[in-house]
Amino acid sequence: MAIDVEEVTGSTPSTTTRTIHVTVNGVAHRSTIQNRMLLVHYLRERLRLTGTHIGCDTAHCGACTVLVDGTPVKSCNLFAVQVDGRKVDTVEGLEKGGKLHPVQEGFHLEHGLQCGYCTPGMMMASVALLARNPNPTEEEIRRGLSGNLCRCTGYVNIVKAVQHAAKKMQEPAKGGA
Amino acid sequence: MYPPNFEYYAPTTLDEAIGLLDQHQGEAKVLAGGQSLIGMMKLRLAQPAALVDINRIPDLSYVREDASALAIGALTRTAELGRSDVIRARYAILADAGREIADPTVRNWGTVGGNLSHGDPGNDLPACMLALNAEYVAQGPKGRRTIPARKFYQDSFVTALGPSEVLVEARVPRAGPGSGSAYSKMERKVGDYATAAVGVRLAVAKSGAIEGAGIGLTNVGPTAIYAAAASDFLNGKTGSAADLEKAGELAASASAPVADNRGPVEFKRDMVRVWTRRTVAHAIARAKGGA
Repeated sequence: MAIDVEEVTGSTPSTTTRTIHVTVNGVAHRSTIQNRMLLVHYLRERLRLTGTHIGCDTAHCGACTVLVDGTPVKSCNLFAVQVDGRKVDTVEGLEKGGKLHPVQEGFHLEHGLQCGYCTPGMMMASVALLARNPNPTEEEIRRGLSGNLCRCTGYVNIVKAVQHAAKKMQEPAKGGA
Repeated sequence: MYPPNFEYYAPTTLDEAIGLLDQHQGEAKVLAGGQSLIGMMKLRLAQPAALVDINRIPDLSYVREDASALAIGALTRTAELGRSDVIRARYAILADAGREIADPTVRNWGTVGGNLSHGDPGNDLPACMLALNAEYVAQGPKGRRTIPARKFYQDSFVTALGPSEVLVEARVPRAGPGSGSAYSKMERKVGDYATAAVGVRLAVAKSGAIEGAGIGLTNVGPTAIYAAAASDFLNGKTGSAADLEKAGELAASASAPVADNRGPVEFKRDMVRVWTRRTVAHAIARAKGGA
């Protein structure tokens, strides 16, 4: 259990604060926060997980997409108090044991980014898309990621990146690698 | 961007939620999906003193068809509409809308009850419910009551729902034999509100005559609009090209759009005409067994 520093140095409980228990990338946290704190601010400013980006701050662009209990959400459009007792996954949790997630590998190898600002949200939305539909058509990928905006790539390489990941995730695990 | 602070409650029963709303005398808002409300709070367009989060209340998320109606629980996420087998097979208008509301990520959280009770003329589901002649079940301190969708929308963001009431279920009359429906949305880009959108439900009798037609319009007036004259006109007709054209003209007359960056009034009104024509044709094709 990680208890964040601001709680130890302590705000007193009141009607406009709340203590939440949330598991982020497999780590349990207990935090006392203001009710109005958005999930994206909680992740970035309290847990210092700055991989999740704030783009438009109006629930359009999807740069702040994270998974709550496996479902993508725009974390600028959800209060942190709403995830009390839930599991949150951010881009920092994709890499396991120094090995990139197939979606990360796809974005790397297929050059699915230019400036990279939208990439964390794109990858989280892609992870959820592939969990629901392991072998999507190009049309399904484009529709599935239509809540995420990219202003650089024209989306062509993003589609290729997701296709790469889909293929990779369907390969049987190789022994001894 | 932080909204002003508020008291937050996460009740686990509907009675508790209604008690909290009642106690706050109209200063509290229900938080369901929050996909419209939270944005409005960030922009200070809404500043509720308290939020009553209904997401911890069990048994408010369901889609089930009984002998008289399709019942949809208020906490059903809008994404579920496009995935439900019974909706896809028999209430295609709702499956269509379930693929057009906002974007896929927003649809994962936005709820049917929120979309229906928010009162924004740009929400897509109210026009569908007007077309379907649905009823809403509201629960408040005095118990449950049923409100026809066609009497629910009074002005922009003003509905028949009381300040201490929660919309708990939408009830759509059960689709009979030969029924078909469709929703079409003209939008500039994914995630935008409609420039104009049209929902249609009808049935085609064995004689080929249209029965029980209903047409609802999105974002071309201060509320979602039930196009009564266009709907009544179609009953008894066969759906000829001239019938479709006339229905489109009548629906356009029922619209009351305002000019904005989606287009001038004349354009939007004409889009209502064109999209009504197309959507009625689509609903007829579905009623006759096509996709």
